[in-house]
Amino acid sequence: MSTILIIEQVLNGLQSGVMLFLMAAGLTLIFGVMGLINLAHGSLYMVGAFAAAAVAGLTGSFVLALIAALAAAALAGAVIETLVIRRLYDSDHLDQVLATFALILIFSEGTRWVFGSFPLFLDIPDALSGPVTLPGGIEYPLYRLALIVAGLLVGVGLWVLIERTRIGIQIRAGENDREMIAALGVDISRLYTLVFALGAALAGLAGALVGAIQSVQVGMGEPVLILAFVVIVIGGIGSIKGAFIGALLVGLTDTLVGIFLPEVLKLFMDAAPATSAGSAIASMSIYILMSLVLIWRPSGLFGARI
Amino acid sequence: MTRETTFNAVLLLGLIAVPTWALIMDQPFTITLATRAVILALAAAGLNIALGIGGLVSLGHAVFFGIGGYAMGILAHHAQSYSPLMDWPFVIEGTKFMPVIWLVASVVSALAALVIGILSLRTTGAYFIMITLAFGQMFYYFAISWSAYGGEDGMSIYVRNDFPGLNTLAPIQFYGLCLAMLVIVLIFSARLRKSPFGLALNAARQVPARLDAVGLNPVRLKLVAFVISGVITGLAGALFADLNRFVSPTMFSWQFSGEIMVLVILGGVGRLFGPVAGAVTFVALEHFLGGLTEFWHIFLGVILLAVVLFARGGITGLVAGKEASHD
Repeated sequence: MSTILIIEQVLNGLQSGVMLFLMAAGLTLIFGVMGLINLAHGSLYMVGAFAAAAVAGLTGSFVLALIAALAAAALAGAVIETLVIRRLYDSDHLDQVLATFALILIFSEGTRWVFGSFPLFLDIPDALSGPVTLPGGIEYPLYRLALIVAGLLVGVGLWVLIERTRIGIQIRAGENDREMIAALGVDISRLYTLVFALGAALAGLAGALVGAIQSVQVGMGEPVLILAFVVIVIGGIGSIKGAFIGALLVGLTDTLVGIFLPEVLKLFMDAAPATSAGSAIASMSIYILMSLVLIWRPSGLFGARI
Repeated sequence: MTRETTFNAVLLLGLIAVPTWALIMDQPFTITLATRAVILALAAAGLNIALGIGGLVSLGHAVFFGIGGYAMGILAHHAQSYSPLMDWPFVIEGTKFMPVIWLVASVVSALAALVIGILSLRTTGAYFIMITLAFGQMFYYFAISWSAYGGEDGMSIYVRNDFPGLNTLAPIQFYGLCLAMLVIVLIFSARLRKSPFGLALNAARQVPARLDAVGLNPVRLKLVAFVISGVITGLAGALFADLNRFVSPTMFSWQFSGEIMVLVILGGVGRLFGPVAGAVTFVALEHFLGGLTEFWHIFLGVILLAVVLFARGGITGLVAGKEASHD
């Protein structure tokens, strides 16, 4: 096992972790501010990916595709917030789960109706295609490296937005005491729509960026959604910092255990059973990680409340 | 007789009358549909104990359904290929005998529910939902990567398993078996609600702090409810596998967990016959809307939204009015 392979896999883990962060950040923000558990977040990821694939197919421009993904997901987010989600803020979690599950059904079948059941493909832009040589002579796909950088930039942008702007102050105040900031003259329902649309746009961006390395298809969002839930449980609900650390932990664990566990098992047993046992256990690794965190800190690494 | 008991009696009569009519008219497909509805009702009746009485929003009940299915699949697979399940330290053979399959399905579901319950009951609210969902996904991926038992493709079982004294291959006899199981579970649920355990569990849902104050442990009560709930859903999984003579990882999928919950809500959460009303409606919608359009899930989504936003009591609530049964 060479160092180059290890570094490549660590980068792959970072890349998937950073994309997971975009999903988890929106989810945790929406939960922190509005107290809403949103299963339809995966649908917004899918909306972003489909919008990007459709626009890229029409115009051939990746930049336009990304803009379309952001706009479509934010718009879809704002629309469902106004029509449905708004009625759920005072409901219990059961109602939120069911209503957002209903939204998943509507989004998934609606997308299948419009685009058909076959996957679409979104090409990596020419400027970012091909490998790049990293220090130490490691060849790594430029696009994946760009994803890591883009994800980190969005993370920094989100931090600035929340810690350094007026909207951010309102969001943080909304997390602490919604009645009080409403009494201070902040239009709370506009703020909620804004936060929801922001979370949706992050999901849509992730969908479009990942859509270029995977196929764009109906149902692509939910596996990512569930991974994002694992991230949030590990990081602590409502904490953006927790979402970031949790996403990197999950991304790295998922990638590294999947690659290295079969290799490690081969030291002790035959190759074929080692590969199958290794991949079976590796598929469970992040959930085992989640269980360990739950035993150690039931409210997550950075979760204050429970 | 309250309106709800009348409604329940009508439902039960319908579950007897419709398949009987189908038998006379020689419509085996209707009997299969009814069997599907009864088995889904059984799965939902399991969840209804955790969700309706205990207030546990479990979005991972497909785990137990899948475990029940794979218990049947694995045992029957070894029986039909005449290979032992394991030969060390002692030999375990496969079996085609339903009662044994059910016993195995119950025990394994109970163990899984115990472990998942202990871990997820360390938390409450949204955490609980996310964690049960995550464990469901874990089992799903595990089933996909478990290549010894079909992996992603699942397993086919050629002949339906045996029950003493019945010809399970006759649709109506298998239906009768499933209906009997459902009725037993409903009677059990009704008695459970009235029992000291059920009353305490109800209180654990509403005011855990007071329960603590009188010396009962709300978490332990919820754990027991979660295990009972898992066992019932596991049994439903074993029957479902026998109905289709096929098991696959989709039995573990998060969509299925969502669907079981939809059945409970559609019928009326916490109502004794809620799961039955929900499952019958679901299968009818699936059959009739599914016949009209390939995209019938859109309509299911809209109906579900309408129930959540405007009709909190589900179908039972609409027909029988506000409940008197629990609280």
